[in-house]
Amino acid sequence: MKKLLTISLLSAAVAAGSAQASDDNTVRIGVDVPYVPMEYRTPDGELTGFDIELGNALCEQAKLQCSWVEQGWDGIIPGLLARRYDAIMSSMTINDERRQQVLFSDPYIVPPSAWFVPDDSSITGTSQQDMEGANIGVQRGTVQDSYVTDNYGDVANIQRYASADDVAVDMDTGRLDAAFLDYPTGEAALVDEGNYKTIGEMLTEPKEYFGEGFGIAFRQRDEALADKFNQALETLRDNGTYDQLHDKYFGGGGGAPEPASGS
Amino acid sequence: MQELLQSIAPWLADNAIFTPQTLAQYWEGFVNTVQLVFISLVLGLILALPLSIGRASRLKPLSLAIWVYTWVFRGTPLLVQLYIAYYGLAFIPGIQQSIVWPLIRDPLYPALLAFMLNTAAYTTEIFYGAIKATPRGEVEAARAYGMSSLMAYRRIILPSALRRALPAYGNEVIFMLHASAIASVVTITDLTGVAYNVYARFYAPFSAFIFVALCYMVLSFAIQGAFKLLEKRMLVHLQPA
Repeated sequence: MKKLLTISLLSAAVAAGSAQASDDNTVRIGVDVPYVPMEYRTPDGELTGFDIELGNALCEQAKLQCSWVEQGWDGIIPGLLARRYDAIMSSMTINDERRQQVLFSDPYIVPPSAWFVPDDSSITGTSQQDMEGANIGVQRGTVQDSYVTDNYGDVANIQRYASADDVAVDMDTGRLDAAFLDYPTGEAALVDEGNYKTIGEMLTEPKEYFGEGFGIAFRQRDEALADKFNQALETLRDNGTYDQLHDKYFGGGGGAPEPASGS
Repeated sequence: MQELLQSIAPWLADNAIFTPQTLAQYWEGFVNTVQLVFISLVLGLILALPLSIGRASRLKPLSLAIWVYTWVFRGTPLLVQLYIAYYGLAFIPGIQQSIVWPLIRDPLYPALLAFMLNTAAYTTEIFYGAIKATPRGEVEAARAYGMSSLMAYRRIILPSALRRALPAYGNEVIFMLHASAIASVVTITDLTGVAYNVYARFYAPFSAFIFVALCYMVLSFAIQGAFKLLEKRMLVHLQPA
């Protein structure tokens, strides 16, 4: 789901890594910044985003002292195993390869994928007929790439890009008629920046393409810690805090993705 | 190609990655790579011949202008040149309404443009070096026979210089083949692009990339062999007796 292109923020991670977790109530959480709107910095340098706010709320609920450690995506799992931090909350898709190395919490969101077209596009639907002959942009190697390749490969012309930003640029140049991206990314790169809209439904199914959602990762033996987060997550879902945050970042109406159902 | 794939299908039955579909993709990538490299090399060669003569010219402004061109294209990464040709050109005001837009819209032509100008710059310098290294006596002899500059170039300098440039140019061709691996960043499905797709699909980096490395090696060896043959014929006068 997430590409490897972020600048590695090693120095921050190393500095934070030298500090030891002294008592059971402090938890350091690794995060790869920026990935709008999940984790990013405001213009005045403050760390925020859906992951950050939800993470802080979870920690408060579980009565833990949390701090955030920035770490580039390439080294984010090794950093956890090397005890630079105790958890990863960084838009990490749960999958079996990662399960062999880390322990996942329950999914806290299933980020939907969505179709994006220019406001004045003649494409009105997302069926194979609607997409006939269209130039569709996707990010290479993502779940969206696999989905579009399998379902539209015969009728449309699929263009694969190294990053979502490249897809957005080629929407601007008019080379692409439609883009199929992960919804938060496409919303930030296209809808917020230019004259684009989503069409059709948000997709989180079938699971074989879109996965189980994002989870918080822990070291395998830290089951107690994972339990605390799972319980806190359940409480926040019940008392409405989760929905508030979800609305704040993904909008209440229209194109809002469905909150992830519990495990 | 279809029949060939059908005929080897049973042989691939147990193979999860190299199915007939993936091999067809690799074949498509192979064709695209060869096409892209071949066309840009031919165009670059055509461009480089007059440029190298101009570069050797005693007309200072001409020689300087061509030097600046080769210096810019040899001094910057091909990847950057490709980005400028593909993304940059598309943002020139008014270009989307102009008649060249259908060409720029297609990723193939911006890539050809960047590759062609790049290889032309290197080839110009290779040929220029060979022209410069023509033995002074040969040029003076041509003058003594009353040949004009044009005739001396046509009969004496170019035939000898281009032959001597052959080994260096063979290297440039192989470098160009390898450099073309970046074409996939502008959505061209070349060999490397297919390898990326297969890798992303099956999470099998070794299979996907080693196979594509073998494809490139086959191409490289074919080019190398062709140049060896050519050198044997063309440079026979330089061989030890």
